Amino acid sequence: MSAHQDHNTMTINLVVWRQKNANDPGKFENYTVNGITEHHSFLEMLDVLNEDLIKAGKDPVAFDHDCREGICGMCSQVVNGMPHGGQERTTVCQLHMRTFHDGDTIYIEPWRAKAFPIVKDLAVDREALDKIIQAGGYTSCHTGGVADGNAILIAKPIADEAMDAAECIGCGACVAGCPNSAAMLFTGAKVSQLALLPQGKLEAKQRVKNMVNTMKECGFGNCTNHYECQVACPKGINVKFIARMNREYLKAQF
Amino acid sequence: MEFLSTSIGRKIVMAVTGCCMVLFAIVHLLGNSSIFAGAGGINAYAQHLHSLPLPIIMGFRLGLLALLLVHVIFGIQLTIENRAATPQSYAVKATRKATFASENMIWTGLLLLAFIVYHLLQFTLRVTPGLTLTNDVTGHFDVFAMVASSFSGFAGVGIYAAAMVVLFLHLFHGIQSFFQTIGWNNDCTQPVVTKIGNLVALVVFLGFVAIPLSIFFGVLKG
Repeated sequence: MSAHQDHNTMTINLVVWRQKNANDPGKFENYTVNGITEHHSFLEMLDVLNEDLIKAGKDPVAFDHDCREGICGMCSQVVNGMPHGGQERTTVCQLHMRTFHDGDTIYIEPWRAKAFPIVKDLAVDREALDKIIQAGGYTSCHTGGVADGNAILIAKPIADEAMDAAECIGCGACVAGCPNSAAMLFTGAKVSQLALLPQGKLEAKQRVKNMVNTMKECGFGNCTNHYECQVACPKGINVKFIARMNREYLKAQF
Repeated sequence: MEFLSTSIGRKIVMAVTGCCMVLFAIVHLLGNSSIFAGAGGINAYAQHLHSLPLPIIMGFRLGLLALLLVHVIFGIQLTIENRAATPQSYAVKATRKATFASENMIWTGLLLLAFIVYHLLQFTLRVTPGLTLTNDVTGHFDVFAMVASSFSGFAGVGIYAAAMVVLFLHLFHGIQSFFQTIGWNNDCTQPVVTKIGNLVALVVFLGFVAIPLSIFFGVLKG
């Protein structure tokens, strides 16, 4: 019995954005992939497509991926108009083909934002997010040796909220989902995570100013409170962290 | 000033100027509702306003004009930047949280600006055609007659009713947006603030639209 007969296999029609480099205008290409089972992850389905393309002597589709466990933040595809495919709290590597049906046509596009230039096909350059982190996503206090656990007491609700913000994996889905290509949810999560904790409070004012300035320098848009970022986020980061950043920014003026 | 060049800084200015104008709209509505007391009500209210010292009246007008200009200029500037930050849209549009109101703030905003210009030409400068400009029995300007004359035709009422729909859409997104932008929001308050904001937008809409409609349908007569 062949592997395919173990499952009901699907034939999937793909419309994939192909772009040779940042200067190429790019265009959609149509592909058909056969023998896809419900157990294939979305990226495994693309692996099947790429094997077919390589066998046919064609250029495989370039896409970013690393851990394929939903924690590294590398995978970055807009599937049918939704970053990571639109399944709640799911990165595209953890999206499975069981959410699709035989004969479905799926559009795959890269993150689209001026701040994220396309490297090739579905792979974009997300260095702009690194620049925001470099502008303030750290604490520069001298830490010395390893401190005793609980030497600095932090109330449980505060620690929980900081951890909720720290869930951000920096994938950039918030920017991709935002009609304005704003990086407010990413930056809000990073600002909040540090501003909530005693170690981060020391530099809170300068941090929020520097990170907000860098957002603009990198060419991200401005937030208009659509809240599309929150539904795009594979970690479910809440827009309350944007409100917290706005509050921190206002506080930093005085 | 750095604050006025950054994304959040300018948005906070948009939020505060917008909030002031919403508060003005509510006071304006409360004042205008004196028309429901008949011609005497609105005319007395208008006389009271015009009897205020000129510096107060002009100061208030200039203040409102400044709020409006700042709000409009920053709104246009931020929208242009947002368009530039998103050079290419997706082939498949799959909006999940954004609303018609949130996606069209620039257009509802510009329509409101056009309406405000028309509204000032009509009732402040009184230069639009078809207005009844007379004095009432006390010898003061008859505001009621002017308002009634402008809402006697379908076009006059239609413009105001349409403008109030646009105002409703703008406030539907704008009021809750204020609390988020100013940072007075968290995951518990956000749904409540949104509902209350939408309710306020609805009340303002119904209140304002009631005036031309009640005159047009003859409910309100001098």
